[in-house]
Amino acid sequence: MSATTRVIGEVLLKVEGINLSFGGVRALSEVSFDIRKGEIRAIIGPNGAGKSSMLNCINGFYHPQQGSITYKGQPRRQMRPHEAAAQGIARTFQNIALFRGMSTLDNIMTGRLLKMKQNFLMQALYWGPAQREEIAHREHVEKIIDFLEIQAIRKVPVGRLPYGLQKRVELGRALAAEPELLLLDEPMAGMNVEEKEDMCRFVLDVNEEFGTTIALIEHDMGVVMDISDRVVVLDYGRKIADGTPDEVRADQNVIDAYLGVAH
Amino acid sequence: MLFFFEVLIGGLLSGVMYSLVALGFVLIFKASGVFNFAQGAMVLFAALTFVSLLKLMGSEVPGDGIFLLALVITLAAMMAVAVGTERFVLRPLVNQPLIVLFMATLGLNFFIEGLAQGIWGNDVHALELGISDRPVNLLDLFAGKSAVAPTPIAPVGPIVDPVAPTGSGQPDEIVIETVNIAPTAIIVRGGILVSQFDLFAAAIAGLLVLTLALFFNYTRIGRALRAVADDHQAALSVGIPLQHVWAIVWAAAGLVALVAGLLWGSRLGVQFSLSLIVLKALPVLIVGGFTSISGAIVGGLIIGATEKLAEVYVGPIIGGALENWFPYALATIFLLFRPQGLFGEKIIERV
Ligand SMILES: Nc1ncnc2c1ncn2[C@@H]1O[C@H](COP(=O)(O)OP(=O)(O)O)[C@@H](O)[C@H]1O
Ligand SMILES: [Mg+2]
Repeated sequence: MSATTRVIGEVLLKVEGINLSFGGVRALSEVSFDIRKGEIRAIIGPNGAGKSSMLNCINGFYHPQQGSITYKGQPRRQMRPHEAAAQGIARTFQNIALFRGMSTLDNIMTGRLLKMKQNFLMQALYWGPAQREEIAHREHVEKIIDFLEIQAIRKVPVGRLPYGLQKRVELGRALAAEPELLLLDEPMAGMNVEEKEDMCRFVLDVNEEFGTTIALIEHDMGVVMDISDRVVVLDYGRKIADGTPDEVRADQNVIDAYLGVAH
Repeated sequence: MLFFFEVLIGGLLSGVMYSLVALGFVLIFKASGVFNFAQGAMVLFAALTFVSLLKLMGSEVPGDGIFLLALVITLAAMMAVAVGTERFVLRPLVNQPLIVLFMATLGLNFFIEGLAQGIWGNDVHALELGISDRPVNLLDLFAGKSAVAPTPIAPVGPIVDPVAPTGSGQPDEIVIETVNIAPTAIIVRGGILVSQFDLFAAAIAGLLVLTLALFFNYTRIGRALRAVADDHQAALSVGIPLQHVWAIVWAAAGLVALVAGLLWGSRLGVQFSLSLIVLKALPVLIVGGFTSISGAIVGGLIIGATEKLAEVYVGPIIGGALENWFPYALATIFLLFRPQGLFGEKIIERV
């Protein structure tokens, strides 16, 4: 990792005192942490620790009962999905959420919907500008397709693709929005070693080449320790550690709760 | 041979009317993945509101200022229904299983039916759009002669159908779920006779279908629509305003319901059974595919043409009334051999 060329900047996102419960289930209790511009921030923890719930709060799918989410200096009680997307937050899902009937290309094109200036009506009325715009977006999407090395499946309906490639297309759709903050929920889960290595490389490349800030949920400790700058550890909805991979690895709470012996 | 064309053209023209109704379903199916059971109620609501407004405000001739005003008010009412549906029915149900959405449209159906009748009563109204129902001779029309035909001659055969479009005949008569003896086209030696009203209705329906097809296929809302239908969460995550898309689609379906309500209402009379045109749209959707606008058009044409041809050529052999069940028989064959319809997307499931 060429840490020398990377610049970690000021705080991009700060969550404070997040409480989220579903009925009697406390998914998150008093969780606070921040994500700095340009860093790869990992969120780890055992199953059911509240990692996905945390991402869902950040992009507005879940609305925490308490706490605040400060993004780009603007504090909010809760996000809304449309607002989050418009503000440059893109994401992938733990259980792939692609448009299964559409081709790879069309799936990635949907990632650019918000970038399109011509509104619905204008598009219907002015053929010229709308068409030029469509072509420009197509070019951008082709670049992403090249970057992710999925030229061969450009026209294939994604429902037919193997799992590993679907995950890649989902990343492509998120990248198409040119996000400032990219939320990845277990992007490598269920992949074989080779696919994992590819995905790792893409995540690092996105971060380095485009300077995209990344929040990453991942189970593979090797991967997490390798690529992330800082790690938040959740357990039963509480934050139990926060720091560099080395700090976290040495933390007694973490060893007990998560990395350590079976419990 | 001329007679064959006459039947075919009559069938195609009524097919366009089926397409129109089917289109309302396709739009909503594309955007939310459910069969909107309430579409028929929306047709009834639109037609009933319009007729009642005409009476209330005292329109004298079709096409006068009051007529147009009533049209605008009815359109506004349909938009209100669309936005209300999005706000109070769909929005609370985001991410729910499709069966829940379907049940919601079932409830909506009864609500809108009740609303329409609660406000306007359940009398049967005649609706006059000011289009003559006299047949014209297509051959004369092309030859540039005066095309209005002499008095209609013998009808082709009895047609028993509560909701089929019936062409010429008595424009003032209100037909209540009855036996209609007026066929769409009438034979006259040396000509192809087609009802003027049918031509008018087909032109209006065709125009609307074309406009909507262009709008939804060639603008980015088309892509947004497919995305929303495919996966709510994913659509939200790329910033598609789910609520706007739904409101737009329901408004378009409301517009379709209005046009269908007026055209069918002036055919059959504005009455409760208008909401039954849902049943006519079903075979069209199965043949054309639930997700395709082109499918709705082609499916409607196929159903319209084949049911008339079957009625005329096969009907006498096996005893008539074929038109009633033929579309469903055709739809069943499609279900067996091509369940996604002619234009539908094949569903590929990976398990
Ligand atoms: N939509 C939901 N409805 C009810 N409970 C939920 C929902 N989402 C998450 N939970 C609960 O919140 C807890 C944390 O889940 P999750 O965030 O998915 O954990 P992780 O991603 O760390 O495995 C679990 O107990 C889970 O059952
Ligand atoms: Mg999870």
